[in-house]
Amino acid sequence: MAISFDKALGIHEQALQTRVKRAEVLANNLANADTPGFKARDVDFKAMMQRAQESTSGFAMNRTDDRHMDTSLSASDSSLMYRNPQQPSIDGNTVDAQAEQSRFMRNAMDFQASFQFLNSKFSGLTKALKGE
Amino acid sequence: MSLGSIFDIAGSGMTAQSLRLNTTASNIANAETASSSTETTYRARKPVFSAVHQAMLNPNGAGFGVLNPEQGAGVRVEGIVESQEDLQMRYEPNHPAANEDGYVFYPNVNVVDEMADMMSSSRSFQMNVDVMNAAKSMMQRILTLGQQ
Repeated sequence: MAISFDKALGIHEQALQTRVKRAEVLANNLANADTPGFKARDVDFKAMMQRAQESTSGFAMNRTDDRHMDTSLSASDSSLMYRNPQQPSIDGNTVDAQAEQSRFMRNAMDFQASFQFLNSKFSGLTKALKGE
Repeated sequence: MSLGSIFDIAGSGMTAQSLRLNTTASNIANAETASSSTETTYRARKPVFSAVHQAMLNPNGAGFGVLNPEQGAGVRVEGIVESQEDLQMRYEPNHPAANEDGYVFYPNVNVVDEMADMMSSSRSFQMNVDVMNAAKSMMQRILTLGQQ
């Protein structure tokens, strides 16, 4: 019996990956805090996780030819959404630096939590292999 | 994992902000540079920022760690423009740079504006540093995966 990491690690790997993606999007918002006309964006974490869960539990399709469409829904193909600004600015920039920064920090903390889960999955596997 | 791109994004933000800080410093330093003609007078310089899109960096839209071709990948400075506001003309006949009518031209630098700009850019720079630090600690955590 082969060990399937996907099954052993559960949803935490996708959660971690989604956290990284979100961090990237939020970092981009912060980098563009002074760019005129820039629209702040974010990903819908819940929708991404739902899709990741569906793709792990649902029917998986095989691609027998390179020209077949990729039906696997990974956490990577989700659409970015625009934020509704609290206070629109004259130059069209919708980045609220403080709010974005707090979201970034929150996301980093959630990342730590997801990491903790993933790490304990691994240590569980190691313990099982060692027979402790 | 695409944590590496956060470094690029925050780095581009830091580069842009430090350039903005540079132009601000140049403007403040030259705020009182008098000249005898409108052509040779220093004009306030402002950088123009624009968002970088992933699709530009990665034309085929595919590759490792690409979230979405339309996703942004930082900020860049398109160029530096000179302010077209009117120069200050002062009547100072005793000034060595005064023209025949006794007028001296001073730059169109608004020092109060520049100070506000300076604070804004240093704060934004700091924010990008914070982002980079957070990304660094996230990456360090990833590296400890599987360790007891």
